[in-house]
Amino acid sequence: MSSIWEYANPKKFIATTDRLLPWVSALALGLMVLGLVWGFFFTPDDFRQGSTVKIIYIHVPSAMMAINAWAMMLVASMVWIVRRHHVSALAARAAAPIGAVMTVIALATGAIWGQPMWGTWWEWDPRLTSFLILFLFYLGYIALWSAIEDDDTAADLTSILCLVGSVFALLSRYAVNFWNQGLHQGASVLRASALAGDTEERVSNIFATPLFISMAGFLMLFIALVFLRTQTEIRARRMRALLARERMQ
Amino acid sequence: MIALLMRDLKLAIRAGGGFGLGLAFFLIVVVLVPFGVGPNSGLLSKIAPGVLWLGALLACLLSLDRIFALDWEDGSLDLLATAPLPLEAIVSVKALAHWLTTGLPLVLAAPVFAILLNLPIAGYGPLVLSLLIGTPALSVIGTFGAALTVGLKRGGLLLSLLVLPLYVPTLIFGAEMARRSIEGLNAQTSLLMLAGITCAVIALLPFASAAVLRVNLR
Amino acid sequence: MPDLGKYAEAVLSSYAISLGLIVALVVLSVLRARKVKAQLAEVEARSKTGGKAQEQADG
Repeated sequence: MSSIWEYANPKKFIATTDRLLPWVSALALGLMVLGLVWGFFFTPDDFRQGSTVKIIYIHVPSAMMAINAWAMMLVASMVWIVRRHHVSALAARAAAPIGAVMTVIALATGAIWGQPMWGTWWEWDPRLTSFLILFLFYLGYIALWSAIEDDDTAADLTSILCLVGSVFALLSRYAVNFWNQGLHQGASVLRASALAGDTEERVSNIFATPLFISMAGFLMLFIALVFLRTQTEIRARRMRALLARERMQ
Repeated sequence: MIALLMRDLKLAIRAGGGFGLGLAFFLIVVVLVPFGVGPNSGLLSKIAPGVLWLGALLACLLSLDRIFALDWEDGSLDLLATAPLPLEAIVSVKALAHWLTTGLPLVLAAPVFAILLNLPIAGYGPLVLSLLIGTPALSVIGTFGAALTVGLKRGGLLLSLLVLPLYVPTLIFGAEMARRSIEGLNAQTSLLMLAGITCAVIALLPFASAAVLRVNLR
Repeated sequence: MPDLGKYAEAVLSSYAISLGLIVALVVLSVLRARKVKAQLAEVEARSKTGGKAQEQADG
């Protein structure tokens, strides 16, 4: 019987992440609880937005992770294309659903945050619209992985899709900004987007510290989930290979 | 290369090649919109540029799987890949054939269908121009999507899911160009961005499409 | 609970939806991880004993 793992890499990855996972998960839970509890219970309301400013502690971290997840997928895809490390391709596959969920959270919290000011449950605000488009990119990427049977082919096709998609996602961001600039925007919408985007400059320390803690917590959550899900992908791939071998005997 | 182009054009125009289907679909969409939104001429004329762009875009989308499907099924795609012509050139020719048989007819039909939607007079020129510049991008981007899903049975829905987000920038700038011209605003930025996207896509995307085809032909 | 005023519904629902989605993601990821781990162990055990039987049969 030939060697179990094709490369030492997957084995080492699982061993290393097995050791790290408890710590990262604990950090994630701790930081998120700290940041969210602090932000929810121990910060004042905003002068203009009332208590809805509390949504910031979820909206900003999730939006940040939605983007970072895609960035990580892009890097992982490029590593696969250049160095053909299976772990890299599988890590990208693992990260996608996490990023998609983060995008949905960012969209939902963004819409709910804006509703009291806009009066409608959705506005085609450039930032929200860009996240909606990003969600579609995530869906396409995930769907392509599922549609292709051969693992290596799927890894190749999805990594190219990720590359091309990244360029178009950036292009769409610019296009959507252009598309919505002509319309009348209530000052409150601008302020909500500005608050979401320029957190570092405009938000005072009272809000900033629990926000950064929450952001760190979301980042740890992402890392923990990527570790876990990549392990699963590695095992699933190994299992498919074994089953294929069984069928041939 | 010319030979390949002529061959694809002939294939498309033959019966069953789907030549008129894109046009028919475009017409159907344009006819259905008033049924959906009501016959108010004022409303229709406001949304006309967008609807015409959408109809053209969707009609393009539906014909994308034809780009490689026939050649994939009878094995000629494998032969083409081993031909002396680089795969990037083959992919570009296929996109061109798609545009000539699908995109261009849509551009020519648009002003006629625009009458149904009460498009303002000022909009005719800009709309046709925007479609003329934008539809080649739709064909090239669509070719990339078709290459990704070439081996899949029933890959049509997946193809749409993959390609439609990629169409967003072209759609935005194309429709904006038409709309802003109608409103008398400066449409130059839209025009330049639209043209820029089309040129960049024509120059660069064939490399990605060829890479994808090579993977699928392994 | 701080006084959320008239925005109580908005704030609470956004927290509920977000945390709900995160919990669901974590739970599903953990469940799938366990399932695949068990399935892999099973398939590997099968192939090991199958291999041993093959070796014994080959003598």
